[in-house]
Amino acid sequence: MGKKNKSVLVVGAGIAGIQASLDLAEMGLNVHLVEESPTIGGRMPQLDKTFPTNDCSMCILSPKMSECARHPNITVHTMANIDSIEGDPGNFNCKIIEKAKFVDPDKCVACGLCEEKCPVKIDDEFDMKLRKRKAISRYFLQSIPSEYTIDQEHCLYLTKGVCKICEKVCEANAIKYDDVDKEIELNVGAVIMATGIDAFNPIGFGHFGYKRFKNVVTSLEYERMLSASGPLGGHVVRASDKKEPKSLAFIQCVGSRDDSIDKNYCSSACCMFAIKQSIISKEHIKDMDISIFNMDIRAFGKDFDKYYEKSKSTYDVQYIRSKVSDISELSNGNLRLKYVLENGEIRFKEFEMVVLSIGLEARKNMQDFAAKMDIKLNKYNFCRSDGFAPLQTSREGIYVCGGMNGPKDIPESVVAASGAVANSVKFLEVERQDIKEEGTNEKNVIGDRPRIGTFVCHCGINIAGVVDVKNVAEYAANLPNVEHSEDVMYACSQDFLDLIKDRIKEHDLNRVVVAACTPRTHEPLFRETIAEVGLNPYLFEMANIRDQCSWAHMNEPEKATEKSKDLVEMGVAKARDLSPLKRLPIDIGPGALVIGAGLSGMTAALAVAAAGQKVYIVEQEKKSGGNLRKIFFQPDGKDPQKLLQDTIKKIEEHENIHLFTNTVIDKIIGYVGNFNTSIQNLETKECTNISHGAVIVATGANEHKTKEYQYGKSTRVVTQVEFEQMLLNKDFPHGKFKNVVMIQCVGSREEGRMYCSRVCCTKAIKNGLELKKIRQNVNIFICHRDIRTYGFREQYYTDLRDKGSVFIRYSPENKPKVELLDSTDPDSKLNVSAFDPILDREIIIDADLVVLSTAIDALEENDILAKMLKVPLNADGMFLEAHVKLRPVDFATEGVFVCGLAHGPKDIDESIAQSKAAASRALTFLSKKAILAEGTITEVDISKCSGCAYCVDVCAYSALEIDPEKEVVVVNDALCKGCGACVASCRCGALDLRGFSNRQLHSVFDALELT
Amino acid sequence: MEKEFIPRITSFVCKWCTYTGADLAGTSRLQYPTSIILLKVLCSSRIDPVFLIKSYLKGADGVLIGGCHPGDCHYETGNYHTRRRFKILTEIFSTLGLPKERLRLSWISASEGPKFAQVSNEFTDKIENLGPNNARENMFL
Ligand code: FES
Repeated sequence: MGKKNKSVLVVGAGIAGIQASLDLAEMGLNVHLVEESPTIGGRMPQLDKTFPTNDCSMCILSPKMSECARHPNITVHTMANIDSIEGDPGNFNCKIIEKAKFVDPDKCVACGLCEEKCPVKIDDEFDMKLRKRKAISRYFLQSIPSEYTIDQEHCLYLTKGVCKICEKVCEANAIKYDDVDKEIELNVGAVIMATGIDAFNPIGFGHFGYKRFKNVVTSLEYERMLSASGPLGGHVVRASDKKEPKSLAFIQCVGSRDDSIDKNYCSSACCMFAIKQSIISKEHIKDMDISIFNMDIRAFGKDFDKYYEKSKSTYDVQYIRSKVSDISELSNGNLRLKYVLENGEIRFKEFEMVVLSIGLEARKNMQDFAAKMDIKLNKYNFCRSDGFAPLQTSREGIYVCGGMNGPKDIPESVVAASGAVANSVKFLEVERQDIKEEGTNEKNVIGDRPRIGTFVCHCGINIAGVVDVKNVAEYAANLPNVEHSEDVMYACSQDFLDLIKDRIKEHDLNRVVVAACTPRTHEPLFRETIAEVGLNPYLFEMANIRDQCSWAHMNEPEKATEKSKDLVEMGVAKARDLSPLKRLPIDIGPGALVIGAGLSGMTAALAVAAAGQKVYIVEQEKKSGGNLRKIFFQPDGKDPQKLLQDTIKKIEEHENIHLFTNTVIDKIIGYVGNFNTSIQNLETKECTNISHGAVIVATGANEHKTKEYQYGKSTRVVTQVEFEQMLLNKDFPHGKFKNVVMIQCVGSREEGRMYCSRVCCTKAIKNGLELKKIRQNVNIFICHRDIRTYGFREQYYTDLRDKGSVFIRYSPENKPKVELLDSTDPDSKLNVSAFDPILDREIIIDADLVVLSTAIDALEENDILAKMLKVPLNADGMFLEAHVKLRPVDFATEGVFVCGLAHGPKDIDESIAQSKAAASRALTFLSKKAILAEGTITEVDISKCSGCAYCVDVCAYSALEIDPEKEVVVVNDALCKGCGACVASCRCGALDLRGFSNRQLHSVFDALELT
Repeated sequence: MEKEFIPRITSFVCKWCTYTGADLAGTSRLQYPTSIILLKVLCSSRIDPVFLIKSYLKGADGVLIGGCHPGDCHYETGNYHTRRRFKILTEIFSTLGLPKERLRLSWISASEGPKFAQVSNEFTDKIENLGPNNARENMFL
């Protein structure tokens, strides 16, 4: 192999680019992150909430943005474009043009005076032009970097030579009218492209009246209207009369699934986007009537169907299967929709406002960009990638992630980003890094009187919409030892983080309390922030007044305010007693254990091994390959069996990969960097012990075994997997046949399995197309509930329809019925009856073969493994990741990762991307020699210890021992995990847990007024 | 007019399961009464029975302990200790004639937002029926 390099280039700083940069930086590589706009963050900051958890988008993103901006290994180039990439993988020479910003970023303090005084108003792109901004501005409130920039095209001085007001008002002397574009040359080993996606502009769709009718908006505009930081402050009113709309229609697939405009693909995210917006709308305006006009509802992701069902049952959202053909405006501003139902009936309905669910499309300048970069595009101008190499561009050494190669939602973008990183590793020098010394310039606060600063966050309206935030901040100001208290709009924005630091210095604070969302996501960010000004990170406490207060008590504002005060008071009480803690290093041992040798497990193993790590794969079956062994066709013509053979070969030949088949896991003990696993061969009963630093769970899933539709009773009823085998052998039972009926969602999307199995629609269509190749005259009928051929899979759906196959929609209350013509003969032909909504009557098909698209079931053994690894499963028995949006392959338990079907149903390309992502996440640990442990561990006061050793028995980690000479207990800091079981068992009060000490906990609930 | 009785329920929960489950209840916008106030510890095994007794004596109308399901404790065996200690504590309460109904232990996992809301609602209802805890006035220690 050629040269390897320590540097890498990431193009585009949306969530995908940010994730890729963070992973690479954690592996010790130098990252250059190039972003066209003045800020990192991409599309996510424009979103109000995210589905299916209704998490606040900016809130979950902002810690990642800050982390990215402050990471010592990441250099961010905003307002920059990549001009050329020359050379070969491992040794690319890239030219970057950084545009003039006309404001000196080192001097600008983002005070905003210039913006206030600037006379030029222009449309604000960030707010979908619903608001104006100035010619000198920053992109949005929480932009990173936060410095201002001047819009060259609109600035009066730069265009006409007059004005210069900003220069006059700027006290920091930061304005630099003579700024020029800069050219930067970089030598990198690999490039990761994440330039993102655009939204379809429906201006050309005259019949929907966009821009002609005031109360017709796009889904992105509507999202800004819903957002608390948006132009309407989260209070939705329609443009014509500024009144709250009482009825709302969503029109789906505007700019998607439409061959007439060359967009025969599904944008994948818009259905969920509309469902989310309707739920959020209902939360804002309770009596709103909402209808979603759709062709299919494609809620195919993990837990999406539950969200969809909830929108119907709890929020009473109406779903109307139809095509909207026309919208007209009435004199009162209302809109009259004309729509055609499935049975051809034309109807009309009036709404006060209409949202067009616009599709996603390739970025505008893709063709030029691709030509410059020498990468190929697909026919819709998305970056072209291959089903079996979903993160690779056509040019070696350049990888792609995010929406750039096809519509994706947030977690898929994050997965692709980490996956692309794993791909790029082969051209990069990943070395095991030493730990960085911390706390060298820490301020000593021991013995000082506590001086506490409290900061209460509005979180837009997430908190302030319910809790009287100002009141809480005032209350906090009067608590003992509180030197400073204030309320802030977004506590996690870069501005505010800088503000905390200023306040610490200004008021000489030595403890900080933030009342905001939840410590689960934001504590690390705040801790790091106070550490930057010399406070020990453990001198921080957080009060959870959003997730556990404002969101849980939305209808009781007064009580919620009172509770917030209590929570803040408790936080302050704890803060008073906090003391600085030291974090000890934990050694990270190399090597990974991969559980499961299906496609996902093997792909993950290869990716980890590519970085020079040892990998052990454990597979309980006799052969590797998992479910892929049963897949013989792909709709794009690729050969899955070749993929399987190639992968197996690579695994066999790789010197760093050890595959144990016919082997089960007996026990896994240990923790990140220090796992110890014993495995046993099922045949020889031989046991082996393995030590490894990380675990990747890739155990897969099973095909659901059904009893419905005469399966097992008739030889003519088979599953899709069985049918695929028949297609391969071209051997069908009972010789000649004419009519094949496929039934979708067998076991999926109903009580007990309220999820979509995601792959079955495409699989049925793929098998249908395959069948048509060998038996052209066979009639295919597909009974379905929604056809969910998301993304570019839509093409195959149209192909099969064009070949004359019939699609019959059924409802779960009225499933198709399958009957044997002769109930005593299992070989007899079948009668399938179903209600066809298009013909508006029941039809009976004389079927020769019925193929069932059965659900994907979680493995029953997941439970045992989950317990061993201390990781959770979701209600469906699939592994539950740390965060459904931003940590899709991680667990809350460090060092353990998940990929493939074990995480949820997914297709081959998605499994490949996810396994690479899991590998990349594992490498962020494995590429370090040590990490820092939490400082919250047990300490012993030997003057009180009686040496009874009760605690020794209680400890699950053997971290406690009796010193035989002194006859007191000693704590092994490296082994202690900080659970505190020993502390509660100590009879003498000799043990205590740092960070959760007896004194701290007593203070906390002493602070709570109980009577 | 009589003052509305708003129960106070101190809830000691572990960070890994129940605290996360409570966050999930919030993000899912499941509503439960403000009576529930969470105190986070790393593992339910950290909860010294002293805290529970003290809560009761201080006048908490209810005391809730939340941890991972048995077998799921992030620290291997922590919640087994919790379970034993809780059993002993309720027995002590019975022996002393104290209302052990004011104590509750629930296993709520990180994915059980609905269960968290449900337990909070149920327990609050129950405490409302029991009425205020007058331990502070009646107890003489
Ligand atoms: S960590 Fe939840 S009970 Fe131990």
